[in-house]
Amino acid sequence: MRRLKTSLLAAALVAGLAGGARAAEEAPAPPAQDWQFSGMFGTYDRESAQRGLQVYREVCAACHALQYVAFRNLTELGFGEAEVEQIASEYQVETINRDTGETEMRAGIPADHFPAPFANEAAARAANNNAYPPDLSLIVEARGGGADYLHAFLLGYEPPPEDIEMMPGLNYNRYFPGHQVAMPDMLSGAQLQYAHEVEATPAQMAWDVTNFLAWASEPNMEARKQTGWAVVLFLVVFAGIMYASKRKIWADKH
Amino acid sequence: MAHSSQPSSFRNPVIRWIDRRLPLFTMMNKEYGEFPTPRNFNYLWSFGGIAMLMLVLMILTGVFLAMNYTAHTEHAFSSVERIMRDVNGGWLLRYLHMNGASFFFIAVYIHMFRGLYYGSYKAPRELLWQLGVMIFLLMMATAFMGYVLPWGQMSYWAAQVITGLFSAIPWIGDSIQTWLLGGPTVDNPTLNRFYALHFLLPFVIFGVVILHVAALHVTGSNNPTGIEPKGPEDTVPFHPYYTTKDFFAVVVFMLFFAMFVFFAPNFMGHPDNYIPANPLQTPAHIVPEWYFLPFYAILRAIDFDILFITAKFGGFIAMFASIILLFFLPWLDTSKVRSTRYRPIYRWFFLLLLADVIVLGYMGSQPAEGINVLIAQLATAYYFFHFLILLPILGKFERPLPLPRSIAESVLSKHGGGRAPSAEAAASPESKA
Repeated sequence: MRRLKTSLLAAALVAGLAGGARAAEEAPAPPAQDWQFSGMFGTYDRESAQRGLQVYREVCAACHALQYVAFRNLTELGFGEAEVEQIASEYQVETINRDTGETEMRAGIPADHFPAPFANEAAARAANNNAYPPDLSLIVEARGGGADYLHAFLLGYEPPPEDIEMMPGLNYNRYFPGHQVAMPDMLSGAQLQYAHEVEATPAQMAWDVTNFLAWASEPNMEARKQTGWAVVLFLVVFAGIMYASKRKIWADKH
Repeated sequence: MAHSSQPSSFRNPVIRWIDRRLPLFTMMNKEYGEFPTPRNFNYLWSFGGIAMLMLVLMILTGVFLAMNYTAHTEHAFSSVERIMRDVNGGWLLRYLHMNGASFFFIAVYIHMFRGLYYGSYKAPRELLWQLGVMIFLLMMATAFMGYVLPWGQMSYWAAQVITGLFSAIPWIGDSIQTWLLGGPTVDNPTLNRFYALHFLLPFVIFGVVILHVAALHVTGSNNPTGIEPKGPEDTVPFHPYYTTKDFFAVVVFMLFFAMFVFFAPNFMGHPDNYIPANPLQTPAHIVPEWYFLPFYAILRAIDFDILFITAKFGGFIAMFASIILLFFLPWLDTSKVRSTRYRPIYRWFFLLLLADVIVLGYMGSQPAEGINVLIAQLATAYYFFHFLILLPILGKFERPLPLPRSIAESVLSKHGGGRAPSAEAAASPESKA
């Protein structure tokens, strides 16, 4: 067992160096935020998530894919059909020419998924100092701390403490396990103009993009909670009826 | 156990016609209708039926998930995401199945500890208990292989660690591991065979459950007093008494289940399993699902070589031994008294065992370092001490409390008498009102 553990640890270290230093988990717990989607009645904040889509498209999408989200899904965030068609058509999607068999590009349609920024993992690593930017479609589900972690991480960049020796090309983040992460602070310098009055501060962008990615991770969350209330209410009433029946039937046996 | 053999007590002519040729309705009526059942069950006795219901729920949701799942390393993860996003009701099927596994284990663990507390494994129910342990083992195998199917990080590394255990067997271990995996490492052949077995084993479990229930209907149920029913005043027909009582328990259990499925579906899962499997990146902590944690702690507790047995093989033996010894429980416990109610000393050790298993579970979830290792080792030692040394010895020395004369007497002293039964009252029934 000890040998097994040692070899696993060695593998973890090697993988950590390659994937952006996540060997140790010593980061502080992310502060809990008051999300509109948390709680048993939670719903997604659609205005914020729509702005978050803009942040994803203009900042994150340069490196991060969103492979499980289709353009047609955006109607769930309150976009109209025409808006979704417009957004889809702004992307170029790979297709095969039926006459020549050659690969070519065409404008996206609502049925398409968000195209990935890189052709494959090797291309992504080559462009990113050997780090692989993860797909974001499940990022909120796939991290301990969920939305709180993602939000804290996006705003968690700070100058490294003096006693830490930074590895070349990595950045210090207070909330990242191991603290040294390949992704730089993207929000501080982001030049982004929201369509409405809301000002695109880093804190606002982090809030919005987290709302968007929380929705992307579990688009059926609202249906789940609504169904849950119907099921729970039904079961409570049913339990009451069953308890009354049981009492009546057992009345002569106690 | 009713011996009534009126062949067609049914009025409906269709049912009569079928029943004369194949007495299904007579059998159902005998085993689930008039089946004489001790009248003093508490709600702990509902968990067998609840576990049965969970098995049916798992098979039903599982079949529909299988229609949409792709057992291939390239597609497994995304087919699960397709189920979650694009299949109608897919998210509900998957969350029911995922949390259903946990709640199946919750029901079975309560069912097992109930059996332990009330001595349900003692003669003449030894085989009934052993069939139950067999179901438990099959459930563990099924749950483990099911956990691998989504092909997330925890899926992959759980498969790696658990099959790696077999490589600890001297001489033939590596060959066994290769044979289990279908290749030198966890890969597509592993996923394919795990999928095939994960589909098959629930039906094997169902078969053993039928035997388990058949054996139960030969011996009849144990009950909280642990004494056998002596006459009709001690029993009630299964229907309508226990159908209504169990149904109420089922609905309450479903209420808890629904709270998790609809409001915290990922609470018992691990976030890393939403990351696609990556053979090059080991998760910081590889943790099994909660229902395996006590056994995982026992596995890791053996971190020292014993003579020619390596630490790894020792952990492997200890983990399997901790379950296999349950097969011998009917003979390890030498006490003639079944119910722990009447075993004043064992009652404390039972609570200690319960606490011990919880400590083991907690230790299984923590990294094996520092003081944790020692605590897990002490807890493992107590687990084996309890079953292998304490149970055989305690039965010889312990003076049990006086048993009630009959089930009816113990029930009526509690409810009819309007006061809690004291040992004296139970010992001298004639002094009661």
